[in-house]
Amino acid sequence: MFAFIVRRFLQAVFVMLVISLIGFSIQHQIGDPVRDLVGISVSKKEREALREKLGLNDPFFIQYGRFLKKALHGDLGRSFFYKKPAVDVILSKAPATLELVFVTSILVIVFSIPLGIYCAIFPKKFLSRLIMGASVVGVSIPVFLTAIMLIYIFSVKLGVMPSFGRGELVHIGGYWYSGLFTWDGLKHLVMPSIALTSIMLPLFVRLIRAEMMEVLESEYIRFAWAKGLKPKRIWFVHAFKNTLLPVITVGGVQLGTLIAFTILTESVFQWQGLGFLFVEAVERADTTLLVSYLIFVGFVFVLINTLVDIIYGLVNPMVRITGKK
Amino acid sequence: MDKLLEVKDLVVKFALRTGTLTALNGINFSLLPGERMGLVGESGAGKSVAGFSIINLISKPGFIAGGEVIFEGEDISKYNFEQMRSIRGNKISMIFQDPMMTLNPVLTIGTQMTETLLAHKQMSKEEATEIAIECLKKVYIPSPETRLKQYPHEFSGGMRQRIVIAISLLTTPKLIIADEPTTALDVTIQAEIMDLLLELCIKEKMGLILITHDLGVVSQTTQKIAVMYAGRIVEKGKTLDIITNPKHPYTQGLIKALPQTHKKGEKLYQIPGIMPNLNQIPSGCPFHPRCTFKKDICSQIEPSLKSVDKGEVACHLYA
Ligand SMILES: Nc1ncnc2c1ncn2[C@@H]1O[C@H](COP(=O)(O)OP(=O)(O)OP(=O)(O)O)[C@@H](O)[C@H]1O
Ligand SMILES: [Mg+2]
Repeated sequence: MFAFIVRRFLQAVFVMLVISLIGFSIQHQIGDPVRDLVGISVSKKEREALREKLGLNDPFFIQYGRFLKKALHGDLGRSFFYKKPAVDVILSKAPATLELVFVTSILVIVFSIPLGIYCAIFPKKFLSRLIMGASVVGVSIPVFLTAIMLIYIFSVKLGVMPSFGRGELVHIGGYWYSGLFTWDGLKHLVMPSIALTSIMLPLFVRLIRAEMMEVLESEYIRFAWAKGLKPKRIWFVHAFKNTLLPVITVGGVQLGTLIAFTILTESVFQWQGLGFLFVEAVERADTTLLVSYLIFVGFVFVLINTLVDIIYGLVNPMVRITGKK
Repeated sequence: MDKLLEVKDLVVKFALRTGTLTALNGINFSLLPGERMGLVGESGAGKSVAGFSIINLISKPGFIAGGEVIFEGEDISKYNFEQMRSIRGNKISMIFQDPMMTLNPVLTIGTQMTETLLAHKQMSKEEATEIAIECLKKVYIPSPETRLKQYPHEFSGGMRQRIVIAISLLTTPKLIIADEPTTALDVTIQAEIMDLLLELCIKEKMGLILITHDLGVVSQTTQKIAVMYAGRIVEKGKTLDIITNPKHPYTQGLIKALPQTHKKGEKLYQIPGIMPNLNQIPSGCPFHPRCTFKKDICSQIEPSLKSVDKGEVACHLYA
């Protein structure tokens, strides 16, 4: 198991190197640090001198090395628009997104597991067909449309829900301002997280159902019936534990989808998080910030996938013992 | 002596999209307590369906369409789910074909053993563990205490089948249904597992229904044989009688096809043709297109089982 964790860690480092290389290439190609520093009102000659001084005429990999070294010290450059270190900008926006993702994940987990299991056990029942039908509708309505509909109904027509922003926040420490501890903050979280859940929940219900149905067909489940076990034990212990493995794996991958959908959700609800920041950065051609966002998201993605793999290892005895899969 | 099991005119059908398929066409057999019977026939004859239908565990679109399964005097085929559950794994245990697939990969052997006991008997986990250890000893698994904490993938195929056998022993059942318990195993281990099963059946006075296409295995293990063809029993009798003096041309073919009976240098015998699909069974005797002794009547009227000598045969040759 230890060897397994070490190997997973090395893989994660490698992936981060690749991401940073891609990020740096983008910055190298389309970014202009001189503009970011002094604006456009400086003469060409002065700019050239500055370029030389900043080492921007050095070979690509020397510059990349410098970039990497700084990055390891938590320096990804300065945001042209915010006039602040890009990392600071990102860290100040991250809590908003993390809270949204956190609440959404809880909603998805709490609802997808019982619904998915139910649909797998009783595929022919009316309720299962209803859930499966609804899930098709759910995945096919674009998330921004759901968001706009929610705003239209609950904010514009009924006027019971706030339509944008995070509401009243509480300072937790550092960059962390949280909306989880005030009534107003929670109220603001409701619609964005429902919009996000509307797209993620159907994906997971279908995934859990499909995996569980496959497991229920297996020989060891038939043997469990032949042993005369109670149905609850067969479903929730024998079948669900085996369903969990593929779901955990796919769940890690679905994180990418979730990030993509946060960008849309945050835009519609003017949620001051990373997705919103990303759209802003694109509009303002804030290359440094954009690249920092990519690297940060890449980092979170790799981190969570590594954790997911390790959790997988803990659930699956096969990996736990041999360190292989 | 009272019969342990009596299967009467059992009909099993599969409700498929394309129509209903009759997999068992009214089969009859019975077993005395502690008696061992072999159920043989080619692939697709309905042996597994017959075995599983006893505990009403036929795979999905399959269902019992008629007949009775009388176990210890009660027709268990009419039992509701909870009643049947108290029979499964308790009074009637099953052993499956492939031990690599039978055990749940994410649960320890200990869990998979004790849960069976706890599902049927009022006892503590500790008592269940005691019994599990006892049963692992009976199937000669060394250091059972530590083995209980391990997962299936830490055992070889032969060991896993021993564990499956140990699971089947836990509740001291009256009957074990073993569906090709050695086919998935290495040839070298096959005999070992069969010997173990036989030894345990005799020691614990358990009845055995051994499902296999290998007449050789059956001849060494069982006291009687039922030969199946296309969802029917075409011959029944004492093992010795059937092996030495098979009546039905199909049984004769099966015995002729045994590697043990074939002489060096000769080509291994095979019954010509293949068994028909269950949805296109020929009229008359289902075996007649492959039969070397067929007469006119064979394609017209289906023969029923009739007593011939000490056994029973469904064949017009003995009319
Ligand atoms: N799940 C199923 N769906 C549809 N038909 C089935 C199903 N299971 C079995 N059958 C039908 O029942 C017939 C008998 O199947 P069974 O598994 O009992 O054969 P068998 O004698 O055990 O053969 P084998 O030696 O290959 O195990 C098959 O030929 C098939 O037509
Ligand atoms: Mg079979």
